[in-house]
Amino acid sequence: MMHWTFGFLVFILFSWGINQQNPELTESIQRGEGIYEDFCITCHRANGKGFGKMYPPLAGSDFLLNKREESIRAVKYGLSGEITVNDKTYNKKMEPLGLSDKEVADVMNFILNSWGNTSEKMVTVEEVEKKVKN
Amino acid sequence: MTLKFLSFLYLISIFICNKKDATIIQEKNSDVTFEWVVNDVEIPWGMAFLPDGSFLYTEKRGIIFYYKDGKKTEVGRPPDVYNRGQGGLLDICLHPKFSENNFIYLTLARKPEGENGGNTALIRAEFDGEKVINYQVLYQAKPFTTAGHHFGSRIVFDENDYVYFTIGDRGERDLNPQNPKSDGGKVYRLHDDGRIPADNPFSLDNGNKSAVFSYGHRNPQGMTIHPETGEIWAHEHGPKGGDEINIVKKGNNYGWPVITYGLEYSGLKITDQTSKPGMEQPLYYWIPSIAPSGMTFVNSDKYPEWKGNLLVGSLVFEYLERLELKDNKVVKRTKLLENLGRVRNVIQSKDGYIYVSIENKGILRIKSF
Repeated sequence: MMHWTFGFLVFILFSWGINQQNPELTESIQRGEGIYEDFCITCHRANGKGFGKMYPPLAGSDFLLNKREESIRAVKYGLSGEITVNDKTYNKKMEPLGLSDKEVADVMNFILNSWGNTSEKMVTVEEVEKKVKN
Repeated sequence: MTLKFLSFLYLISIFICNKKDATIIQEKNSDVTFEWVVNDVEIPWGMAFLPDGSFLYTEKRGIIFYYKDGKKTEVGRPPDVYNRGQGGLLDICLHPKFSENNFIYLTLARKPEGENGGNTALIRAEFDGEKVINYQVLYQAKPFTTAGHHFGSRIVFDENDYVYFTIGDRGERDLNPQNPKSDGGKVYRLHDDGRIPADNPFSLDNGNKSAVFSYGHRNPQGMTIHPETGEIWAHEHGPKGGDEINIVKKGNNYGWPVITYGLEYSGLKITDQTSKPGMEQPLYYWIPSIAPSGMTFVNSDKYPEWKGNLLVGSLVFEYLERLELKDNKVVKRTKLLENLGRVRNVIQSKDGYIYVSIENKGILRIKSF
């Protein structure tokens, strides 16, 4: 009984801690969800699993989780040429979406923290500005 | 006796369930040959043929090109194009008396200077054979929002020189399609100079948008005139499983989002209702959704076996769909031009050839047979 209570307390504190540490991240993810539903969902789908041979998954995507800068640039400018995601190749051009740097950061935070994806470091507008300039 | 009755019920239910699915698409690619006319394009959205067989086409990023004698030339960049999400420079259409007045019509997602977002506009301009000039806004939908989807749009003229164009619901399905006081989710009708026809269905009183011709649409990106009846045929992107073909008539309500055959992308229901008094049933609906863009009837002698057929581009499945019709019902569907890319538009030229535009590929002409 004791350890259950203790575990629950730890959980509460932990969740509280996360929220306290990252209210900005929580808000960014919420805004990002709206952007996702507007610009991304038709190809990458509600479950983030992509679609067929043309639209790669974002859920559990090694490309997204390991290639942060390339992912940010893809969301900003679109992507063309062959890429490999989870050992499968994709070669479909992604069109530029016309998003602002803030929207890029928000939707990046959403996809980096959805469908089981997690990312410790929040994407900020400053990071997007820096990475899309190079 | 009971068994017989049950079998009867079973057969009836099969009949009923299959009724709507009677047109499974033919998987086999039929023997179609084609030649590329224009290469190296991004998103070729609209096409319009001039009387001499040359043509204008738009690219979504905001450029108008002119193709003549085997060569393409940039001829215009309309101001204030909002190239965001599904928005950008969309359709192009010539005035029926283009030879006399040089008028061309464009629809685009437009973000005027000082605004934070965009909405669809109908523009009239002039093309002198070299440059597009004198861009004039005939209709501007409002409000300007940052939503990146459901701008529409296609343009057609009828035989009385009325211009019709479509605007999608702008992602506000509960605010726009059923409300005659707001823009979006509508087909519009104007005189060729932008004046609102006196007999449009919604009068200006009560704050209605009196340019509206029909409503309850979601996102129509295909529209064409039936070559024999003169009726306006349009299709629209539904949600998952709700793409529709409709014959657009004055004052009609096509039901979105109150009735639909589609579901949310997540698979959740939008509504239980597929029909309701006062709302039109689609002539056809696609399951699964093909994401239709562009539409034309074939009535030329170049393709005798296709006469009276409807051609529709599929963005998501990347083919051209040929629909055979009988008494305004779809009786057969065939895939053409598979695996070339997202088919954005299809049009029949003045000399009867079918031209198809494909994203990030080009524009092709189907050979006659």
